[in-house]
Parts: sequence; structure tokens; C-alpha cells
Amino acid sequence: MTNWVELVVFLVLFLVVTVLGFLAARWQRGGHMEHLDEWGLGGRKFGSWVTWFLVGGDLYTAYTFVAVPALLFSSGALGFYALPYTVVLYPLVFLPVLRLWSVSRVHGYVTPADFVRGRYGSSLLALIVAITGIVATMPYIALQLVGLEAVLRTMGINASGILGHLPLLIAFVILAVYTYQSGLRAPALIAFVKDILIYAVILVAVLYLPAKLGGWASIFDSAQAKLSQPSATSGGKPQGSILLTGSNQLQYITLALGSALALFLYPHSVTGVLASRGRAVLKRNMVALPAYSLLLGLLALLGYVAIAAGVKPVTNNATGRPDANTIIPALFDSQFGSLFAGIAFAAIGIGALVPAAIMSIAAANLWTRNVYKEYLHRSATPRQEARQAKLASLVVKFGAVAFILFIDPQFSIDLQLIGGVIILQTLPAVAIALYTRWLHRWALLAGWVVGMTYGMYLLSIIPNPATGRRHFGGSALTLDKLTILGWHPFAGSTVQIYVGFVALVVNLVVAVVVTWLLRAAGVFNGPDQTAPADYHADEGSPRLKPVADAVAGAPGAKVVASE
Amino acid sequence: MSDTTPRPSPRPAERSGWRFSAWNLLLLVPLLMLVTPWFNTVTPRLFGMPFFYWVQFVWVVVGVACVAIVYRMTRDEPVTNAPDELGVDDLDERNVR
Repeated sequence: MTNWVELVVFLVLFLVVTVLGFLAARWQRGGHMEHLDEWGLGGRKFGSWVTWFLVGGDLYTAYTFVAVPALLFSSGALGFYALPYTVVLYPLVFLPVLRLWSVSRVHGYVTPADFVRGRYGSSLLALIVAITGIVATMPYIALQLVGLEAVLRTMGINASGILGHLPLLIAFVILAVYTYQSGLRAPALIAFVKDILIYAVILVAVLYLPAKLGGWASIFDSAQAKLSQPSATSGGKPQGSILLTGSNQLQYITLALGSALALFLYPHSVTGVLASRGRAVLKRNMVALPAYSLLLGLLALLGYVAIAAGVKPVTNNATGRPDANTIIPALFDSQFGSLFAGIAFAAIGIGALVPAAIMSIAAANLWTRNVYKEYLHRSATPRQEARQAKLASLVVKFGAVAFILFIDPQFSIDLQLIGGVIILQTLPAVAIALYTRWLHRWALLAGWVVGMTYGMYLLSIIPNPATGRRHFGGSALTLDKLTILGWHPFAGSTVQIYVGFVALVVNLVVAVVVTWLLRAAGVFNGPDQTAPADYHADEGSPRLKPVADAVAGAPGAKVVASE
Repeated sequence: MSDTTPRPSPRPAERSGWRFSAWNLLLLVPLLMLVTPWFNTVTPRLFGMPFFYWVQFVWVVVGVACVAIVYRMTRDEPVTNAPDELGVDDLDERNVR
């Protein structure tokens, strides 16, 4: 059953965004579009407002908007971790992000792996960081499709088989073409539309729906009543609770903290940061970005509103299972008029395009700078780099579409879970290296290998009774199962903890111990390209490398792309 | 290591190494939000919302306040005195300092 009003509103807004995406190439065009600084970082000159919309659109994705309320809907208070996560985030990253911006601006770094290479003189360590970033980002892009698809299926475009994925494919082809042409300017411009729509929708939803459904008190009461009933798969235990329980408090804390530490290690976050004009722009944004956190918290509560409204998830005709991610679209569909529901769906749908574009650009930058230029074509000119990145962005996006088309979407969700765990393993090499080179480069590598292996092992032993899976069933590890080479330090405990956090601690311990050994043995720690003052350079400083300048030291340095 | 005195020079002086200001310690305050046993209760409610939920919204404000104070108090460096010729400013704020 297709709702035509919703569909028309959705299509009109989608069309507006598409036009914007193509026009973006002309928007404040700087020097040479055939350069990564221009295509991949929008000319490195975004001011406070543009950065706020861009980074906001980048971090708070369609999937977040769909999945966080779905988590509250199905398991209660644990899903609210998204709020503390985004509150502790900005104070934590405030200082390191400024250092990263300055050092990158002085040396012309485009990716976090570029920084690692400059800091440690190790292209191997940079390659590891780059590959970790690409692998963690890919399923994230696929998940944006899951968010978009949830909206499309709720609107009635819910065919089975490959045909059911066709609208998704069309949307992504359009996205791929204008990102190819306009680079980072496209999502920056579209983010304005997306965020204004999202703010309007959420504010209306959180004011109107509780009033309609008898106020917050009765919403929370009916949520508690439903969550306290045992479900078919929980073995007689309640499905969840509107408060944290003894066993999931530690999971709540470590998941919030681990996610906050991980977010600015993701390449797409770094892309948003490096595209800004100066340190003051970033500082203002660290103060202003929590406005989105407020929004996310309110949105999360809509999961309970959906319980109170008696919303049932839409069955995905491609997989034959009810899709919990359709809870929020289904809530809008049942409670709002068609016109407003159409706007809400467009907000979520466009919300999928902005981060998908930025993520594919970030992954393309990593590929180009740290694999292509480093290993395949060392003498690549800036123009060749830009061309390579544009092509890579297409490959990345169609890879994500293939993920959704040919593999169960559930697989992307699992991979995204793993993504958080693996990106955290680059924290010592990227974030700690911003402050000190005390950790030895080989120790960082050893820590990465051990942390990654251990994290994967722990994820592999987590079952999920709700879906009947025995491995990779979630990121909440029961401490009882925690083993260190066969030793169970917390045997019998039912307390749960976030795997990423455990793996990071192990990574750090290994890195410190190996550093001690290597320093005692006097092993060379690589050359450092950066100077201490680089980490404080601000706009206007003579230290800064000119934007879209040919990369110094490279054989192709004298070749400047012409207009 | 500590060097936070304001500089009258128009060009921000290049500094080296670590810079530390006691104000930065404020950035640790929001981490207290992670001590969940402090607020894992239903009462007192606000607008019908359990304490667990509304108090975390209050923490958003605390987090913003902490970052804003650090931003204000450590702004000792003049940003730039070069004329702003960047085109993006047409769509953006101009010299909000």
C-alpha cells in the first residue's frame, strides 16, 4: 500500500537536494578542483556555520536517528547511552582535535593516516591506520542505506527481491554522481536542508506526540509495562527496563565512553574537522554541536512513544522478518498526517545521504593518500590524486550498495558493531601520538595486532539469544566469559562490558610494555616530521601550508593543476 | 610548560611544546555523568519523565557550559589579523570575535 502524498513530498525534497548537490560544485569554488584539498576537503575554508551543519550532518546519521529509538523500543534504558556518549564526546576531543587540525594544516595532511606517517615516518603504520579506517567506514555507509530503506519500506515501497532494492539503488546512483562532481561541498550544502528538516520534525514530534498520547508519565509507564514482560526469546526474563539493571550499568558506561573515544577516530569525522578554516571555528563548534545531542536524546525517547502508541515494526518483504529499524518511520506514519510524515521521511532519507557522501569521500582520501600514492603510484600529481579519489568514492559507494543487495542487512549492522571496536584500536597511534611520541612505532603496531585479535575473539564468543546466533551477537560481553589465555578473572559475574573498551585496554598495555622493551634495546623510533609548534599553529600563521598546493617533496611537486 | 599570558603582538607568537591551562581541567567534569548509580532512579520525576532521563538532559547543559568556559578563558591568542578574503563567509558569519 503506497501513500502517494508522502511519496510526492519525499520525492520533491529529494529533487531539491539533488539539484543542490550538483550546484555545490560551483559554490565558493576555490582554486584547483583537481586537488584533494578542494575535492576532498572543500578547500579547507569552511566557517563556523558550515562546519556545524557539516559535522552535525556527519556524526548524527540517519542510522542513528532510526536505530537509537529502535534500541530503546526493544531493550529500554541501555539505548539511552547515545546521550551520555555525545555529552562526554566534546570535552574529551576538544583539545586533541585542535592539535590535529593545526598539525594537518601545517603539513597538508588530508587523513589521520597521513599524520601517523609524518609523526613516525612509518608508511606501514600509516597503512594499518588507513585500512582500519576504510574497513570501519564501509559498513557504516551500508547502514545509511538501511536507514533510507526503512523509510522507503514504510512509505509502501516494500517489494521483495532485487526489485525491492531498486529505489535505493537509484538514490545512490544520484548521490554517487554529484559527490563525484562536487566533492565535500555537496554534503556541506545538503546538510543545511537535512538539519533544518530534522530539527523541525523532532521538535514537532516531541511536543505534539506526548500531548496526544497522555503525557510523558503515561508514556514511560506503558513502556515499563511492556518491557517488563518476558519475550519469547529471553527465557522468562523481562525484555528490558526503563532503568539500568545491575548487569548492564557497566555496559552503559563503557559503551558511552568507548563510542565517544572512537567517534573522532573515524575518517569521516576527521574529514569534517580538517575542512574547517581555523581553530576558532572548531572551538565554537565544540560548544555548539551538543545542540544535536539534545535532539538525539529527545529522538531516542520516541522509542518509548512508539511503545505507548502501539506501533508495530514493518515487515521487510525482502527478508520476510519484521524490521525493528522501521519503528520511527512507522510511528510518524501512524501519528502524523501524510504531508508532515512525508517531510519527516525526507528528513531521514536526506539524513542518510549526507553522511554517506562524507564517509565515501573520507574512505577515498585514505585509499588515495595512504595506499595509492604510497604503494601504487608514488609520483602521482595532485591532479592524479584527485582523480583517483573521485573514482575510489564511486567504488566505495557501490561496494556499500552491493553489501545491502546481496548480503543480509543484518550483516552490515553486525559489521558496524565491529567497526567501533576496530577503529578504537587506532587510538594510541593517532590520538596519543598527537601529544607524545613516547610510545614506540613498533609497539603501536604490536598493540594494534593484539588489541584487534583479542577484540575479534571476544566478539566471536558473544551469543544473541534473540536472533538465535552463537557468534558476533552483540558488543556486550558478560564478564564471566572474559578470558585471558584461559584464565577467567571474573568467573560467575553477570555484569556486562563493552568489548571495544576491553580490547583498547589490552592494546594500551601491550603498547606500553613493548615500548619499554624497545627503548631498553635502543631500537630507532623513526623520524618525526612535525615540530612542537606545529600543534598550535592557527589560521594566519606563516607556518601553514598553502591550500591546494602541490605536495612538497613528492616527485610531482612542481606540477600544478591548471583550471 | 605553562604559558597562558595574553600577548599584545598582532601576529600570534609561535609556541612550542605543551601548553597547559588549569581551566582545561573543567573538561573532565562531564565525565562525572558516567557514574550511573548516582541517577539510576525513577523519582523525582519532571514533567512525568523519570529522573534517569531528565537529569541526563541537564548534563548536556553542564557539558556545554564546561567547554564554553574553557573556550572563553583560554582564548589568549589573537586569531588572525589578515583580511578575510574567504568566499564561504558570504554564507557564513564574518568576524564574530
